[in-house]
Amino acid sequence: MNNLIPLILGMAAVTYGPRLIPFLFLSNRTIPKRLNTFLQYIPPSAIGALIIPGVLNATPDMPMAAVSGMVLTLIVGLWRGGIILPVLGSVIVTYLILSYAA
Amino acid sequence: MMTGEIKAAFKAGLPIFIGYLPAAIAFGILAKGCSISLLECFLFSAAVFAGASQFIALNLLMSGMGLLGIIITTLFVNFRHFLMSAYLSTRIEITAKRYLALIAFGITDEVFSVLSFHKGDMPKSFILTVQFTAYFAWVSGSVAGFILGSFLPELLTVSMGVALYSLLLAIILPEVKKSFKILLLVIASGVLNTALIKLDILPHGWTIIVCILVISFTGTLFTMEESCRKERP
Repeated sequence: MNNLIPLILGMAAVTYGPRLIPFLFLSNRTIPKRLNTFLQYIPPSAIGALIIPGVLNATPDMPMAAVSGMVLTLIVGLWRGGIILPVLGSVIVTYLILSYAA
Repeated sequence: MMTGEIKAAFKAGLPIFIGYLPAAIAFGILAKGCSISLLECFLFSAAVFAGASQFIALNLLMSGMGLLGIIITTLFVNFRHFLMSAYLSTRIEITAKRYLALIAFGITDEVFSVLSFHKGDMPKSFILTVQFTAYFAWVSGSVAGFILGSFLPELLTVSMGVALYSLLLAIILPEVKKSFKILLLVIASGVLNTALIKLDILPHGWTIIVCILVISFTGTLFTMEESCRKERP
């Protein structure tokens, strides 16, 4: 294998750049109202696309296992709220289904 | 002694830790399989700190793609973080440039999601602790995977990977409960992303960017129309 350091540095630069630039230009500025409305919609639209359809491929041999874990998150999340319990619960449910339902 | 704030940050970072660890171990194992040195594997995770693009880079490297091609692909794959940082820059009230530069380094999908829906103040100690938790899982997992191989049972590894998705769901649920509009945005974005992936017309990583742009823009148009109607007598 050739020396990979230039590749790693290049990848680091093109990853860090897009993460940094908005902070330099938008932080602590007054943002036009329309742009601000647009920006406020970024988190929900990002989360929708990050979950669907990726989750169907999270347990490739048995997509139902991951989906069941998500259903548990849905139930616990709606019922009790919080993050840790719904997340740990979904990992346990997925693990049990993969272990015993195969 | 741990202050309440730092404790809250560790709690917020724990699901990310659980989700990143198996992915990082897998990266370490794959890196070793590609006959990359331990130092290079460490540097990949420590300097780039971007999950999917590191796996893609290894694949491209094996397929014989050159340096420039891999770097351009990485830019494409990670460009969505530009939009995420743009949103976070409206939320984070820290003026010191050196802290912003440090915070920007740790903007991953999951860190972004956790910070976006965090209630109340976000002092730098909170943000940096969440990011450090994620970073620690990613870097230490990569090194552990390289050295130890697959030391966790496979079923557990796969199950822990689901934590990333359930984390995102658990974060968005309270918002969805409060607002039908948020529910619509989440579902519309997921449906659009599925369609774009099925159509297979965009390079990897761009479906999410297109979803964020199209869905947020559509949401903005509807909101503006609503406020226009309200303003009329």
